[in-house]
Formats: sequence, structure tokens, C-alpha cells
Amino acid sequence: MTLAPERTSTATRTGVNSRLSVTSTEPRPQRPELKKSGRPNPAAHLTPEQIEEIGRELDAIRAEVMDSRGAKDAAYIRKVIKTQRYLEMGSRAALLFSGVKYRGVRPFWWIGTAGLSVSKILENMEIGHNVMHGQWDWMRDPKIHSTAWEWDNASPSSQWKHSHNEIHHTFTNVLGRDNDLGYGILRVDEDQKWTLFYLFQPIWHVANALMFEYSIAAYDLELGGYLAKKKRLSAEEKAKFRKEADEVLAKIKRQATKDYVVHPAMAAATFTGSTRHTLTANIVANLVRNVWTNTVIICGHFPPGIETFEKTSIEGETRGDWYLRQMLGSGNISGSKAMHVMTGNLSHQIEHHLFPDMPSNRYAEIAPKIRDLMERNDLKYVTGSLAKQVGGVYWKVVELSLPNKVEGRRRRDTILKAARKAIKGKGGQGRRY
Amino acid sequence: MTATLNRTSATRHTPRLAGLLDGARKVAHALATPLVPADYLDLIDPLRAGADLRGRIVDVTPETADSATITIQPGRGWDGHAPGQYIRIGIDIDGVRHWRAYSLTHRADAADGLISITPKAIPDGKVSNHLVRATTPGTLVMLDQATGDFTLPATLPERTLFITAGSGITPVIGMLRNSLDDLGDVVQIHCAPSERDVMFRDELLSYAVASRLTLHENHDDVAGVLDLASLDTLVPDWREREVWVCGPTGLLDAAEAHWEAAGLADRLHVERFRPSVVEPGDGGTVTFDRSTVTVDADGGTPILDAGEAAGVLMPSGCRMGICFGCVVPLREGAVRDLRTGEITSTDENSGAVPIQTCVSAAAGACAIDL
Repeated sequence: MTLAPERTSTATRTGVNSRLSVTSTEPRPQRPELKKSGRPNPAAHLTPEQIEEIGRELDAIRAEVMDSRGAKDAAYIRKVIKTQRYLEMGSRAALLFSGVKYRGVRPFWWIGTAGLSVSKILENMEIGHNVMHGQWDWMRDPKIHSTAWEWDNASPSSQWKHSHNEIHHTFTNVLGRDNDLGYGILRVDEDQKWTLFYLFQPIWHVANALMFEYSIAAYDLELGGYLAKKKRLSAEEKAKFRKEADEVLAKIKRQATKDYVVHPAMAAATFTGSTRHTLTANIVANLVRNVWTNTVIICGHFPPGIETFEKTSIEGETRGDWYLRQMLGSGNISGSKAMHVMTGNLSHQIEHHLFPDMPSNRYAEIAPKIRDLMERNDLKYVTGSLAKQVGGVYWKVVELSLPNKVEGRRRRDTILKAARKAIKGKGGQGRRY
Repeated sequence: MTATLNRTSATRHTPRLAGLLDGARKVAHALATPLVPADYLDLIDPLRAGADLRGRIVDVTPETADSATITIQPGRGWDGHAPGQYIRIGIDIDGVRHWRAYSLTHRADAADGLISITPKAIPDGKVSNHLVRATTPGTLVMLDQATGDFTLPATLPERTLFITAGSGITPVIGMLRNSLDDLGDVVQIHCAPSERDVMFRDELLSYAVASRLTLHENHDDVAGVLDLASLDTLVPDWREREVWVCGPTGLLDAAEAHWEAAGLADRLHVERFRPSVVEPGDGGTVTFDRSTVTVDADGGTPILDAGEAAGVLMPSGCRMGICFGCVVPLREGAVRDLRTGEITSTDENSGAVPIQTCVSAAAGACAIDL
């Protein structure tokens, strides 16, 4: 109870987000033929009216699915959660005997490790990522709710929701606004400024994939930015960082204790020499999960053909403009139903980015409509097999580790110049965008 | 008489055993993180002791054309009830959880430990229609412990009068089934639109035939709506009776006035089932409970903006409805989704509903838990 008097005031309608509506109070400008970087603008052929119409069409597609959410969808997510939990319990039970050797192999280690890897992937992708997006909030089940979910990952859900749901999904592929574009360590678009740091990005990329859950945690914490700007931060900002860092460390500690201490210790109780093997199984399962989630995620925005955007291009953006950016800034992976589930339906990245709060099991049914809409409007629907998309990204990681080709200047000279500058101590990294 | 409340008594352990149990609990939590052990145990046995209270529907038996008795096996955490009390039941309909309150109608001392409710399908009643017409045995429901003070006192009155109308019979049938023989002289007046709408009619008639109570039926289609002035002829000694009344608001208001006028208000016990309909409007007064701020917001202003303009520390994110960073509980009221026009409203049984403030505008008076 408080003794403060009630304040009454009247809210005025100012500054309501332009992205809430497909229409705009100000006339929207026609998009220029070329982007600032000189590359062609993929939406230059669309008039503001056409973009408004695209917005309306997409709103209608969304409404149709959202209005038909029901018992079948609820049963789906509950089934996935149930399957994942039984799979985890079964795999962990098998690992209690992971040291048992039969004809030269440890069958329980293989079964348990495979099961645990799949379980962790399901938990992170089809369940955790999607529940935290609020895809299942409509069920009003307090246990399967974006505000309550915590996932099997080093990054605390609250920090993930901020950096992913809010920053990445709002500013998708906007250079300098969406840090997911290379996570601050990769140059995945020609319009990202090259620095010497990127010369070694194939190494950064592989290390990032292996350590993915920890890089995500550091990334959500904005550790890099903190270290770079530490001297200029206020005491308040530093305190906020320390509080969040403590949360991350506590989460990592709980996660590591579970996987690397408590479960191996339980295996000791079976007297089958399974302690060490349970430990390796947990390490492998986490690695498999890390590499797989990284593989899926890099296919979402980095494959060739996906567009990036300049900061100035999103000023006054309407809902239609935002939809357009989501479609052009994302790419899909084609494949079987099982593969879609294992990617958390992020294989339908375009559909997910258009409607992040739509239940993931419904993306497949709207995909043909989205593709049709994009093709009717001469927009490129980027999709391909996992191998093709991953190959494209890996090639980009290698290719873009070098500076862009510029007429009349050898790339070797650009690199050497940057190296000399770095050695002189002027800093080879600088701002990476 | 009240039913025995068999609450799980706190088991006393020796300090050493308590220490061991505490250690085991800690290990179980360390094994289950980031989930909790209950998340796994609930898969195996959702009705186990220590779980959130749930129940499994074991039987659905029609009473009248639009009512049915739902028999439920409650979880082992069920504390029992006093006849006349009600429970809140949470059931998933079309994937969405809805909560409603219903009086308990079963015998409290039944050996099978089953409980029952008898909902009547009301027009446009999403939950009551589902329960009466679509629920099947095997369905898992969420439950709350029994509550309510529409119960008989520890010392039972010599003479009792029950006045019920429609589904208002449900708390009273619970009392009759459990305490009829302990009550002395009982008169039951029951009103229903017509004879075929009377719930538990055979049972009531059998009590009357066996002279265990005096039954006056009032079927509106024949007798018109009950006029309490007729009590003097129907139950001449009504002034000497302790009275329990349950039914529509009109009946309750009339009863309160009647007993008040007779100077006997302390004899009267009523149970009100308020219909929980929030009529959505356009804009309204938004109250931020914990911030003690009240603001008038029009129907086009997101509650997020209204709150911020009034100086409330609002959680926020994308401001376009995609990130769920602004979700806070709507404790009471109705809001309209600015993108789709969809209305989200609370009702007294469901508790607070989490809403996205950045895309929700007030659709009538709202209270936000912030």
C-alpha cells in the first residue's frame, strides 16, 4: 500500500509507432534505384501503394491463421514438449550405463548421446525459441508462456528475448542496427565495412559455431560493446551490466553443473564406470546442439541473395515497409517435415520473420501463399536445400574475409595497409560497420 | 456439519532425515534445471501429491437438456470441501484455458473420493456449453481448492428454508446430500422455467415423498415468477427459519429486500453468481495498480504510450507487437488489439490476462498490474 495520491492525466496520442499501421500519415517516398552502396535496390520497382497493398495482404494471411488457432495447435506443442521431455529422460537414463561395453562399442553411450542431442535441439528450437516468441501465449497456459519460459541454453531467456525478439526482429538486416548480421564477428554482406579483423573470420566462424551457446550469451549480454565502451559508461550502466553478467554466470553455472557434474555423478551410482562417459556424452550433445543451431541460424539471413538495409531506409517505416524488409532479409531451407521440426521451423525463416508470434506449426501452410505474393511482386523468395544454403554462407565467410574488389586497387594492398596500421597501434578493428 | 478437511499434515521428520530430504530436493532441482522436477513428474502423474491441483473427468451424466453432472477425480492435493462451497475449474477449449466457478454437488464422504459439479449451459456460455455438451471422460482440468461461505453453520438450525432458482439448486443439493438428515425441519422452494428444466427433480421428489423435506416447486410457465409475498401462505413460519437463497440476481435482490423489511436480514444467506460480462467500449480509464496512476486513454492509444506519458515505468520493446517485451497482466477490463480489432477481456474467474501493451488500447476501464 502506498500513500501517494492518485495522479490523473490524459494521454495524448503522440509518437505511436509507424509500424503499427500499413498506411502512413505522411506520403511514403518511392525507393531509389540504387542503395547507397551502389548495389541495386530490390524493392525499387514497388510504389508506396503497392507496398501498402502487400501489407494488407499479409495482415489478412496472418489474421486467417491466428483466428483459426485451436485445440490441434495446442495439442501439437504439448506433444512436442512431452516427446522432448521423455526423450531427455530416456537418454539420460541410458547414459547412466554409458560405460557398459558390448562387442567393443558402448551402445548406451551412442543411444544416450544421440537422444540427448536431439532433445536439446528440440528444446532450444521448436520449443524454447518459439515459446519465448509468444507463439503459444494465446493458450493462456502459464507454464507454456513467453513470460515464464527458461531454456536449456547459457543465455538467460530475459536477455535473449531482448536481443533477439526485440532488436533482431525489429531491425532485421539493418546495417548498424541488427547485430545478428554477423554477430559483430563476421562480415556476411559486402556493404559491411571490411577491417583486418575479418581476415581471420573463417576461424571466428568455426569457433563461434562450436561455442554457440556461450557466444549467444556473451552476445545477448553485449559483452563486446561493454568492453569497448567501458570507460565511457555511467555508473548506472555499469551496474546494469554487472547485474546481467551475474545472471549469465549463474545460468552458466547451473547449466554446467547439471550437464557436467550432477548427471555424471548420478552415473557413478550404477557402478558401470559410466561417469566419464556421461560427461563426454553431455559435452558432445551440447556441441552437436551448438553446431546445428548455428548452422540453421546462419541460413536464416546470410545466404547469397538475401538483402541488407541502410539505417536511413527504415525511417518512418510502415507495417508494409517492415514486412517487405522481413521478406527480403530472410531465407528459407527446403526439406522434410522432420527437418522443419529440428530447425524449430526456422527453415520457414521468411514466414517466421513476417509473423514471429504465429505458432511455428502453421508456417508450412502459409509458405506457398507468401512465395506466391513475393513472386507476383517480383521479389526474390530465397530458399534452397540445407547443403546449398550452408555452402553459400561458408563461401561468403571466406570470400568476405577479404575486402571488396575495387577498380584500380589490389585487395592485397588494402590488406597490407590495414595490417601496417594495426601494427603501428592505430587499431585495425575500429568500428566494424 | 462441515466435511472433514483432510489437509496434508506437515509430516515431522528427524533433523537428519529432513536434511537428507532437503539434499535430495536440491539434487533433483540441479538435475532438472532450467525446468523444475515437477515439469517431468507431471508428465508421469499429473494428479500426484504436491502437483498443482488438477483433476481428471471420469464421468459426464446429463441432468436436463442443458445441464450435466461432471464427476472428477481430483488430484491427491485435494483438501476436501464444505457442502455449499464452489471450486474454480480451468479447462482448455479450442486450445485456450478458461476458468469458471461451479458449486460442488457431490457427497463429501463418498468412498471413491470423487467430486462433482453440475453446470447448466447458458446461452453463449462458452465454458458451460462445452462442459455440458462436449466434454469427455479422460479430460484433464485445472482445479482450485474449494472456497465460499455459502455453507451451513457448525450448529445446524432447527428449521431451515432453501429458496433456489435454476442452477441455484447446485450448492443446495450439495448441502441436502450431505446434511439433510442432520437438519431438522427443511422446506425447499425451487423455481425453474418449466418442469423439464428442473435439475435433480427425481432426487428432490424422492426426499419429499420420504418426508425428509417439504418441497414447493414453482414452474414459471404455469405459476409465473415466484412472488415472495406468497411466502406467508407457502411457508407460514418463514420468519422462524434460517434461510439460504441462490439464484438469479432478481431473486437475490428480492430476498434481501424481503428479509430486510422483516428485520431478519441476519437470517438470510445468499450466493451470488455474478455473470462476468465485460462490455467492450472505445477508450477508457486505465489504472496502473502498483504505480497508483490513473490515465484516460482514447481507443487509438496503446496502453504502453498512455502509461509512459503518465510517468509509469513501463516495460517495452519493439513497440509494434512482435517482441512480447511489454507483456504485463491486465487485471481487470478489456483491451482492443490496434492491429486486428480483437478484444481481450478479463473475467472474475480467470484472473489477470497478460497483454501486449504496445498494441493494446483500452476498450473500457482497465486495471493493469504494474
